[in-house]
Amino acid sequence: MIEFDEVSYGYGGGPLLADVSLRLAAGSFHFLTGPSGAGKTTLLKLCYGELIASQGRVGLFGEDARSLGRDDIAMVRRRIGVVHQDCQFLDHLTVAENIGLPLTVSGRTATEEDLGELIHWVGLDGQRQSRPPELSGGERQRAALARAVVMSPDVILADEPTGNVDWDMSLRLLKLLVELNRMGKTVMIATHDLNLIRTAKQQVQARVLRIASHRVQLAGADL
Amino acid sequence: MSRALAILQFLAGDAQADRVVPPTGFTARLTVFVSATMAFLTVFALALSLATGRLAENWSDALAQSATIRVSAPDGQVEDQVIAVMDVLATTPGVADARALTDDEQRALLEPWFGPDLPLDTLPVPRLIEVIETPEGFDAAGLRARLAGEAPGAVLDDHTRWREPLVRAADRLRTLGLVSILLIAATTGAMITLAANAALAANEQVIRVLRLVGARDAYIARAFVRRYTLRALAGALVGTLFGALAIWLMPEAEATGNFLTGLGFRGVEWLWPFTIPPLAALVAFMATRRAAFATLKERR
Repeated sequence: MIEFDEVSYGYGGGPLLADVSLRLAAGSFHFLTGPSGAGKTTLLKLCYGELIASQGRVGLFGEDARSLGRDDIAMVRRRIGVVHQDCQFLDHLTVAENIGLPLTVSGRTATEEDLGELIHWVGLDGQRQSRPPELSGGERQRAALARAVVMSPDVILADEPTGNVDWDMSLRLLKLLVELNRMGKTVMIATHDLNLIRTAKQQVQARVLRIASHRVQLAGADL
Repeated sequence: MSRALAILQFLAGDAQADRVVPPTGFTARLTVFVSATMAFLTVFALALSLATGRLAENWSDALAQSATIRVSAPDGQVEDQVIAVMDVLATTPGVADARALTDDEQRALLEPWFGPDLPLDTLPVPRLIEVIETPEGFDAAGLRARLAGEAPGAVLDDHTRWREPLVRAADRLRTLGLVSILLIAATTGAMITLAANAALAANEQVIRVLRLVGARDAYIARAFVRRYTLRALAGALVGTLFGALAIWLMPEAEATGNFLTGLGFRGVEWLWPFTIPPLAALVAFMATRRAAFATLKERR
């Protein structure tokens, strides 16, 4: 699905990531951890083509990300659902319209049937006509997750999805992501919440990657 | 056919797609105002251009087909010289018709300067002979030479001396009118580009979200382009209607004298102003599209 071959990336003051090689196989579940500023978000952005590697090759569904035009990147993003910590929405649209946005931009009509089941799955039945600013942190995360999966993508990338929610809500989000993985989706979660990782490993076979000294390595037995 | 269908689809729009960009008050009002104002000015530039074009043509045609011979001579010789001139003209190739103006006609010509009771018989006023040329015209130099021999007091004025600068001035005014229209179009494009850029900058998060969920550049650009095109169309329509109304309400030519004769539209010329709104929409379409794609190109 997504492959990194000796990928490096820096913002100008030396490399943030250096010689990173990894492979996200279909149906796999990965955690990406490391201290704040280690490069977790940068690595995720490389995964969905928002950033282009300074060196090395990022393969997105078999294509070199560097060779993809902007329209190709748009098509790639229809196969990758992204959930951000600061979930960005279009505040003038309702929650239901925001969740159906990927369908809208791809020229498909977001039907009641498509959305109803999904909104119910993330537990936002009562908020579907609300505007995003009216939602709590947990509700926003669940709405972002619903939007990320509405196109039935192959890969789901979540950047600190539990960063702004309490433990109960974290578990609820984790449960949704595990369910998606069981449905065959490839999942990668960037988090520094080690408790969440330990809990997840009881439910799903997950690999834990740690960014340390600009490199990505497999985490030790403590995780 | 398919292009017409594409234009209709563009105008009809997609209700869901249109909603992805939030309404933007300031830039919307700016676009409508600029389009209306520029369309209003374009109507006048168009009227000026058409009127001066007509004027140049009239002067050129009317004056090119006629000449005047002025006969000044001592008392008692004027009529003889007039007869001699008429004889010369009768045998001059290129002269279709010639006649001496009557006293009443001469009095009418001088009336604006000397009043209605001008005693022509007591004043040394030269006699005027109006010459109408054939389409081929006559040889002015040859005619002058013959007149000098047959009627020494006759002077040929073929209007060239003052016709040319007038026609040139009218032609230049027409060019200025057309240049004004081009400048107005360019200014409209620049203002709409600024407004579109402001809207694109204000909607940075919208663009980021749309990109994140897989929107193509064309989709994002279309949402902005359609909105600005329709605003420009609406504004230009209002400006054109007001401009056309102002031209229509201008005083009639008879009441204003010759200079302003025809400063307006005549007959089918009234259709010209109504090409302004679609052209304004086209300018807005191109300006916004260019601005949108330039902005989107900067962001991956």
